[in-house]
Amino acid sequence: MPINYYIFLSVALFCIGVAGVLTRRNAIIIFMCIELMLNATNLLLVAFSKMHYANMKVMNPNAGIDGQIFVFFIMVVAAAEVCVGLAIIAMLYRNTHSVDVNFLNRLKH
Amino acid sequence: MSVTHFLFWFLSIVAIFSAIMVVVSKNPVHSVLWLIMVFFTISGHYVLLNAQFLAIVNLIVYAGAIMVLFLFVIMLMNLNSDTEPQKNKWLKIAGVIGGGALLLVLVAALKNADTKNQIAQTGSGEIGLIHNLGIVLFRDYALPFEITSVLFLSALVGAIVIGKKE
Repeated sequence: MPINYYIFLSVALFCIGVAGVLTRRNAIIIFMCIELMLNATNLLLVAFSKMHYANMKVMNPNAGIDGQIFVFFIMVVAAAEVCVGLAIIAMLYRNTHSVDVNFLNRLKH
Repeated sequence: MSVTHFLFWFLSIVAIFSAIMVVVSKNPVHSVLWLIMVFFTISGHYVLLNAQFLAIVNLIVYAGAIMVLFLFVIMLMNLNSDTEPQKNKWLKIAGVIGGGALLLVLVAALKNADTKNQIAQTGSGEIGLIHNLGIVLFRDYALPFEITSVLFLSALVGAIVIGKKE
C-alpha cells in the first residue's frame, strides 16, 4: 500500500480532531478529539515503521521496530493523560455544574 | 483490486465517517460510541499492516479501558443533549474553516513530497509480532519501560489529589 494513502488518511483524521477541538465546547468531547488526533499519529507511525522495514529489511531484520515501540509508549502516556484529564473534568463539573470550557475562567476565583 | 486494497478503502472510509460523527454528534454517549468505532477501524489498519500486538493493545487499552472511563464519567455527570452548551454559530464556522485550512495546507505540502515510490508493507513482515517487539522492548528500551511505571504512579497520585474533596 503506498505510504501516501496512509499520510493522507492520518492528516484527514488529525484535521477532523482539530476541527472538533475548535468547534465543540463540551470538555469531554474536546478530550475525545485529542484522543482522535493521538490515534491518527499512531497510525502514521506504524505505517512509516512498515515503510522503513520494507526499505531496510535486507540490512537489518529489525528495521522500523522502534516506531512501533514508540506507538506503545504513546498509548501509555495517553492512558496516564486520560486518567488525570478526566479527574480535572470531574473537578470542573463539581465546581461549576457544567462541562462547558468557557466556565473554566471561574477556576481563577 | 485486491483484498488488501478493498479493506484499506473500506476501513479508511468508515474511519473518516466515524470521526466526523464523533465531532457532530449532539449526545456525548453517541460520540463515545463513534470514537470506539474509529478505534476499531484503526485496529483493522494495524492488522492490515501486520502490527498485531499494537492492534490488540489498541483494542484493549483504547476501545476497552479508556472509552469505558469516558462513558463512566459521562454517565456520572448525567449529561444529555439538553445540557449541551450552545456555541455561537460564527465560532463554529470559524472552527471548521480553521480545521479545513490546516487540512488544505498539510495536503498541499505533502502532495509533492518525495514519497511516491515508498510502500508501507502490508500483510507480511515480522516486526509487529509480540515476540520481536518484546525482545526489543526489554533489551533496548528497558529503562523507558521502567520510567513508565513512575509516570503511571504519578498520574494515579495526581488523579486522586485532583479528585478528592478539599
